[in-house]
Amino acid sequence: MFAGPAGVLFFAVVIIPFFYGLYLTFTSWNGVSLDKPFVGFANYQAAFADTAYWQSLGRTVVYSVISVILVNVVAFGLAYLVTLGIKGQNFFRAGFFIPNLIGGIVLGYVWKFVFNRAFVAIGDMMNASGNTPSLLSTPNGALFCLILVSVWQYAGYMMLIYVAGFMSVDNSLKEAALIDGCTQTRAMWSVIIPLMRSSFVQCIFLSTTRCFMVYDLNLSLTKGEPFNSTVLAAMHVYNQAFVYKNYGVGQAEALILFVICAVIGVLQVYIGKKGEVAA
Amino acid sequence: MSNAKPTNSRKVVTNIVLWVVLCILLLLFVFPFFIVVVNVFKTRADITSSPLSLVGEHGFTLANFPSAMSKMNFWTVFGNSLFITISATTLTVIFSAMAAYVIVRNPHWKFGSLLFALMIASMVIPFQVLMVPLVSVYGGMLGVLNSRITLILMHVGFSVSLATFMFHGAIKTNIPLELEESANIDGCTKWRTFWQIVFPLLKPTVATVTIIDAMAFWNDYLLPSLVLGRKQLYTIPIATQAFYGTYSTDIGLVMAALLLAMLPILILYVFLQRYVVAGVTSGAVKG
Repeated sequence: MFAGPAGVLFFAVVIIPFFYGLYLTFTSWNGVSLDKPFVGFANYQAAFADTAYWQSLGRTVVYSVISVILVNVVAFGLAYLVTLGIKGQNFFRAGFFIPNLIGGIVLGYVWKFVFNRAFVAIGDMMNASGNTPSLLSTPNGALFCLILVSVWQYAGYMMLIYVAGFMSVDNSLKEAALIDGCTQTRAMWSVIIPLMRSSFVQCIFLSTTRCFMVYDLNLSLTKGEPFNSTVLAAMHVYNQAFVYKNYGVGQAEALILFVICAVIGVLQVYIGKKGEVAA
Repeated sequence: MSNAKPTNSRKVVTNIVLWVVLCILLLLFVFPFFIVVVNVFKTRADITSSPLSLVGEHGFTLANFPSAMSKMNFWTVFGNSLFITISATTLTVIFSAMAAYVIVRNPHWKFGSLLFALMIASMVIPFQVLMVPLVSVYGGMLGVLNSRITLILMHVGFSVSLATFMFHGAIKTNIPLELEESANIDGCTKWRTFWQIVFPLLKPTVATVTIIDAMAFWNDYLLPSLVLGRKQLYTIPIATQAFYGTYSTDIGLVMAALLLAMLPILILYVFLQRYVVAGVTSGAVKG
């Protein structure tokens, strides 16, 4: 009885839709009618033939890889700076976290204004001829904007995880290394970073899954433009299903995304476990 | 000890340099918000002509606020967000703490272990896989979309797995079984034991789950946009999106709407930042 409400809701919105969705990939449902004609593997064939989908997936991989690397470098750097014990470090921690309080939709519109107006105005000031184009108006520029905003947002979140990692490392280990003649840099690379392994695994996977599934920010910042050059995988799946009403194909493409996520998830568990044994 | 002084003064200098570096970084971090705050008090013409100036040529104006507030239906939308976030967070905490409790205390109960395993496995399912079937089942077959209650229950259903996982860890490691045994001997029912003894001891986890889920529910866009189709039911993110779609050219109004969308959570953060930072940090360690 204790597990009842949680179990029922969990089954109702996760387990049942998951399997029902599996069934939907074998039908050509138009979103309205009650009958769902069975079409076999046609949706999967369509999904594999959908070049726009594979392009969006490739773009998502590029976007995710760059973002994840930058997010973690920035987050680790910030975490290092705010654990040195200077005055007001809690204030700085709280400050860097602020972007995470606000949802992707609102952040996207805020940055759209910054890119389209503020940066353009700065560009005009520095460039005598004026007329600086907005970064959002070129395909590569727009992808860069998406990456910049993601790094800006997630760095504060991952920073907190790295802060927890730094604090879990026993200070006496670092001191012992320093007494043994280790330089500060060497102590960081050979003592502290290996001990923070679990923080790294966690941050990298958390940022990877978040970047891979990003939708809100994509919608509000670029809307896939210019010329559909910044449609990421999650947006493509959404459009396929709800804009073009190809529910079966959209669902099949979503399932391919699921397989990728599942592989990432299994990898995380595997690498996490391996690290535990080694430590 | 003779060289204590130079080391100290060098340390002071490094600290000041660090402090300045951090201040600059923080300013860069809050720059976008600063830009919005600066422009919200300007007229549309002034924003277009000089988005970076602190005060517009036509002077300081508050006119953007009342107009944006009425156009995005601010108080209704704010009320919806508040109602949905509070109800969904409360239910998630209660339901998942209860579920985790029975699962931990009855390790041989087959259904419990199966449920827990499914919950953990389900965490890798991206929402995109579930959205079409959700709309199909709850919209097409049952017709229960366009209701705040449906959205709340869906939010709870999606978040119980992670919350149960966190409570499971907390109960397993932090709640001594002896405590419950003695309560049992004293004639306490299971229900009362849970609420009066176990649940109060779970406070730190309750705080973590509350903060993580409340932020997620407050900011969620995709699920609410699929469930809530009527304007009166909109939450802040959907209302912002709809507002931008209609008034994107009236940039002064957009600034006001964006600031209004951010303000509630920023104000709350000023008072609760210590708990938010602690909650996210400890959630990270467990999750």
